[in-house]
Amino acid sequence: MNFSLARTSLIAEADLVRIAGERAVCDPRGVLYFPELRLLAVSDLHLEKGSSLARRGTLIPPYDTGATLLRLQAVISDYQPSIVISLGDSFHDEGGAERMHASFRERLEALMAGRDWFWVAGNHDPEAPADLPGETVRELAIGSLLFRHEPSKARVEGEIAGHLHPCARIVQRGRSVRRRCFAGDGGRMIMPAFGAYTGSLNVLDRAYAGLFRLESLMAYMLGTDRIFAISRSMLRPG
Amino acid sequence: MLPRSRFVPILLGDCPWPRYLWRVTVEPRLAEQNATIALPEPFVRWFGEKGWSPRAHQIELLAKARSGQSVLLIAPTGAGKTLAGFLPSLTELAVRPRRKPGQAHRGIHTLYISPLKALAVDIERNLGKPVEEIGLPISIETRTGDTPSHKRQRQKLVPPDILLTTPEQLALLIAASDARRFFEDLRYVVLDELHSLVTSKRGHLLALGLARLRSFVPGLQTIGLSATVAEPDELRRWLVSQNPPGDMSELIVVTGGAKPEISILDSEERVPWAGHSARYATPEIYREIKRHKTTLLFVNTRSQAELLFQELWRVNEDTLPIALHHGSLDVAQRRRVEKAMGDNALRAIVATSTLDLGIDWGDVDLVVHVGAPKGASRLAQRIGRANHRMDEPSKAILIPANRFEVLECRAALDANYLGAQDTPPLVDGGLDVLAQHVLGCACGAPFRADDLYEEVRTAAPYASLDRPTFDRVIDFVATGGYALKNYERYARIRLNKDGLWRVSNPRVAQQYRLNVGTIIEVPALNVRYVKAGSKGSAARGGAVLGKIEEAFLETLTHGDTFMFAGKVLRFEGIRENECFVSNAPGSDAKVPYYGGGKFPLSTYLAEQVRIMLDDPQRWRELPEQVADWLRFQADKSILPKRDDLLIETFPRGNRYYLVAYPFEGRLAHQTLGMLLTRRLDRAGARPLGFVATDYALAIWSLGDMGAMFKARKPSLGALFDQDMLGDDLEAWLADSWLLKRTFRNCALISGLIEKRHPGQEKSGRQVTVSTDLVYDVLRSHEPDHILLQATRADAAAGLLDVSRLADMLSRIQGRIMHKNLEQISPLAVPIMLEIGKMPVNGEADETLLMDAATLVEEAMGPEMVEE
Repeated sequence: MNFSLARTSLIAEADLVRIAGERAVCDPRGVLYFPELRLLAVSDLHLEKGSSLARRGTLIPPYDTGATLLRLQAVISDYQPSIVISLGDSFHDEGGAERMHASFRERLEALMAGRDWFWVAGNHDPEAPADLPGETVRELAIGSLLFRHEPSKARVEGEIAGHLHPCARIVQRGRSVRRRCFAGDGGRMIMPAFGAYTGSLNVLDRAYAGLFRLESLMAYMLGTDRIFAISRSMLRPG
Repeated sequence: MLPRSRFVPILLGDCPWPRYLWRVTVEPRLAEQNATIALPEPFVRWFGEKGWSPRAHQIELLAKARSGQSVLLIAPTGAGKTLAGFLPSLTELAVRPRRKPGQAHRGIHTLYISPLKALAVDIERNLGKPVEEIGLPISIETRTGDTPSHKRQRQKLVPPDILLTTPEQLALLIAASDARRFFEDLRYVVLDELHSLVTSKRGHLLALGLARLRSFVPGLQTIGLSATVAEPDELRRWLVSQNPPGDMSELIVVTGGAKPEISILDSEERVPWAGHSARYATPEIYREIKRHKTTLLFVNTRSQAELLFQELWRVNEDTLPIALHHGSLDVAQRRRVEKAMGDNALRAIVATSTLDLGIDWGDVDLVVHVGAPKGASRLAQRIGRANHRMDEPSKAILIPANRFEVLECRAALDANYLGAQDTPPLVDGGLDVLAQHVLGCACGAPFRADDLYEEVRTAAPYASLDRPTFDRVIDFVATGGYALKNYERYARIRLNKDGLWRVSNPRVAQQYRLNVGTIIEVPALNVRYVKAGSKGSAARGGAVLGKIEEAFLETLTHGDTFMFAGKVLRFEGIRENECFVSNAPGSDAKVPYYGGGKFPLSTYLAEQVRIMLDDPQRWRELPEQVADWLRFQADKSILPKRDDLLIETFPRGNRYYLVAYPFEGRLAHQTLGMLLTRRLDRAGARPLGFVATDYALAIWSLGDMGAMFKARKPSLGALFDQDMLGDDLEAWLADSWLLKRTFRNCALISGLIEKRHPGQEKSGRQVTVSTDLVYDVLRSHEPDHILLQATRADAAAGLLDVSRLADMLSRIQGRIMHKNLEQISPLAVPIMLEIGKMPVNGEADETLLMDAATLVEEAMGPEMVEE
């Protein structure tokens, strides 16, 4: 097993989940790592969202791409995966890759070097990103796992998807805490959005209807340095 | 010649009875001058027909205005302020030659600006009547957010002589391309309720708007109408161009006749240690309502209003018409209450600060203030809201909700007697507001940066603005002003070769118009009635009761009960932007809503309370039970000297407590609590949380803080050292929700992020971006960006109250008294009772998550996470 090649100290038992039998680490930084496959999945980077909004007159700080790449760099250097899957909406719009500042492009290419890199097509970026290496695919099956951007309507065991930007909310002692989360029922896993400017949608929203076996739905909420696994009965809408 | 201080009441509009009498302070020399001011003949005739004479301050204001001066008129409610403010305009318009047919339409002659659109509408009615009776050819119109667009367009083509409007509408008017022409005939700007306008960002925007108007019309005169304030000179500077710096308008002060009769309820019941409900006094309040014709009951927060209203109806055996009024109620409901009030159909009305301003109420003969007044000026203004019978002083009763409030009420009462004022000092203009204004100017007409800089500095709030900061604001408006120059091609305004800044495309002006103004609404949901148990969709169409903040609703679970709109309601659920509730009559509201008062205790009252504590002679002025409480404290612990800070430490249960009594207001205490817990944590005291009230601060910990201070590890002097306002403040602020909330306001006002409008809520998560995320990214990549600078300045002056904390820390250097006690002291009881009632600060979100996750593990076993 290549397990030892990864930084095992990073992997706390509590953060380990199984998806269709495959062991995976829900990293509190919002990525999913499969130690046996040396595969890292990340979803909804929404690179160049800042400049996309700026184009329409909202001049929010142009640092989102840099911030997102910096965080991606950190997880990649920790896990040293041989396969990276970006689960769609990697760029906020189709012109995103072209607009990207040269220094960011270099940083991204450095991250990609020496790995198998897959761009899964998303609704924001249905085409391959301009002039970037990596392979663009609609979906990708590896072992018992199926990676795609939008979760399928039908139940698919082993599906890893993004698109919905899940978050979860709990109320404890009269205070409400809302965090991005992984949402999974053991068969399917929906990943949190990774991009610096991405919002989120509560896992109890109608948009998730029919996607999970409700009795085994868990929200793996992202803490500062650990994951908090919360069962559905504790979750609140909104 | 007019008699010097003749007492003559004057009436406005359809007010059917004579108002209070007011004495005008007029210097003899001025009185002589007044004699030379002749009113136009129709006015003299009108006054004569009514059997009145103009009052001295009205004539004096007219004289000053005629000589080309701007004037600040400070007078209590009912002194004929409004007519005074308009007299220069009316008399001038009365003698203006008629427009000949074929001549171009004349522009606006007088602009009237008030903080409330309701007030503008009220004035239109009240001013219309004398204008009609005198037979003046003057057109008066309002322009507010409710004015239909065809009327607005017509107003542009055929402007009225007098336009009554709000600061936001003025901003829109000066951002229009025809602004200069529209305002070219402007003579006067009348600013109503100026004391209230100037303290907010709305005031900053208005000051910039005035500067713009002055550049259109150099001879423009302003007339400010204000309640009594601590520093009239600040308002006098505000009214005129600050070029030359420090220039001031003229001042006329009208002092009230009879002093109001204020008393503190000396209850037969026990005054509670803590809490804000004043429930103990309900029967006594009810008795007063029965004794008077109409009672106006003021409280500090919406939740207090709800509670008092419920309590009064519980004892309302005679089913007296008692109504409720606060800003979250549905508008239609509020209008009904206001109308009933105007018709004198109510015996009592429970109200929050939404009734602080503006419109005159019916025949109120008693004002009851429930809870602490928080400021002497605020109390005076609220009592002044009541209309008065001719020669009776107004009557008010203060109801302290707890023992500290007894001290505060006493101090406020003394202050009122002395005429002491404690309105807050004005702050420098916000850079976010300036950014909005700069964009507005560009939408109106191309501008030269040098000219606009000079113009902006004529507005008092921006008089000390430096050029580099101004240039950074322009840069921000153009491209966001980022160090990373990525957005040049998306610039909203561009510098052309001719040295003029212009908007880059018409869409920019469109966006500006949708985002104008400085009022940021807290995210709130409609509260709608449904049948109990229904989830909403089946039961649509129930009445909307009003709006409640999302933050409060987020803490509710299905079945929770709470008070709103005078009812006990059961929470049924949230769908989209509506919150569904059902009636839960007879049940107790389970979930308390702690909305701490918006206004912290004023510095002046705080000092008076400390002086009172330090002087046992004065305890005789207090109710016996409260005096007893202080004597007990002197016996068991010690009372703080007037300039000292008392700190008590004691164990209780398995915790150790520190209680400090700075009396500096809730906001400053909250900041202090945050900073102290950080320091105590570093010192190894293992603090767990804290609560802050207006008077005191309590911190609890696992470590024995008393023993630590005794061993001087750390010493209290070191713990309370002023250096906490350096790095500790920075470090704490960086992650604080307070700063994020402030940033959101700055981002919206400055136009960085667009405001959301009704119906836009569902526009989807990808289109909008949360200001919290923007804040995080900006802070880590460009921490000295101008918007973060604006945010920090705003937070320091607002939610954190840093300057007050700094003053306190410097005052108590070497003056900390430490009492290490075996058990809780009498003075500490009130704040200890707040623990558990108020949300605990300092407890990290992660702890809450941890608890939730642990519950899951306990319930289901750790294995389930694995498989």
